[in-house]
Amino acid sequence: MQVDWIFGLFGGIIIGTAAALLLLFNGRVMGASGIIGGLVDGSGKSDWKERALFIAGLAIAPAIAAAFQGGAQTNLTDNYIAIIAAGLLVGIGTRLANGCTSGHGVCGISRLSLRGIVATCFYIGAGGLTVLIFKHLLGVI
Amino acid sequence: MRQLVSLISGAIFGLGLLISGMTNTEKVQGWLDVFGAWDPTLAFVMGGAIVPMAIAWQYSKKRSPVLAPSFPAPPKPEIGRNLIIGSTLFGMGWGLVGLCPGPAIASLSFGGVHGLSFVVAMIIGMLLAPKLRTHLDQRLRPS
Repeated sequence: MQVDWIFGLFGGIIIGTAAALLLLFNGRVMGASGIIGGLVDGSGKSDWKERALFIAGLAIAPAIAAAFQGGAQTNLTDNYIAIIAAGLLVGIGTRLANGCTSGHGVCGISRLSLRGIVATCFYIGAGGLTVLIFKHLLGVI
Repeated sequence: MRQLVSLISGAIFGLGLLISGMTNTEKVQGWLDVFGAWDPTLAFVMGGAIVPMAIAWQYSKKRSPVLAPSFPAPPKPEIGRNLIIGSTLFGMGWGLVGLCPGPAIASLSFGGVHGLSFVVAMIIGMLLAPKLRTHLDQRLRPS
């Protein structure tokens, strides 16, 4: 717990560096939901290779790193109803809002985008309320 | 060349998510659990990520990207209904299991069948989003 924030800060700087690289070289905002969404719904057909390669890197690099450190844990719930409901909500919500934690959060807040700041307040607020209700009041997660 | 940059950026992003602990849903839900055992790690991750990106945005002013004609224009500052509703729905799903799109992909190799199920549901949700958007636009006009 005590050293977690150091890993958090270090990992965060690495995440921001990835976003800066994509911006300064390709002129693109690094938003995970936009990159994935444009690939699956066909709206990003013109640059589908870039999107696919970004997603490939995103999946493969942690796979290699996790293998080296002897595996990693997601500690994801095994409640299938929660998993499917959450997946649908995250998919619909991020596309409706045109961004998620990386696009609105990292890339939006860092340019002081009002949209990014407002979106981040709403998803953190909704997330906090959801944990309060489903963990502490209902006790299902 | 743009494709290589995309691959490298995705790889660095994935490593950052793993190192920061954001592929661990307990840490994400811990951050959202204000009334329980609150875990501040996510704030350090977000703060750390914003620093290089803020420098990059500053640097981008009056310049062009290395491999593209121009930087993306700032989005219209309007706070629309879709932004509010979408972010709220996203936050509910995020709180429920502790996964958002980036970490969901980054943890595919070790997330097992549950992690894969989340990604499949997320993709279905992404395909449903335009229908909901159209529905909202028709039902709730004017915004």
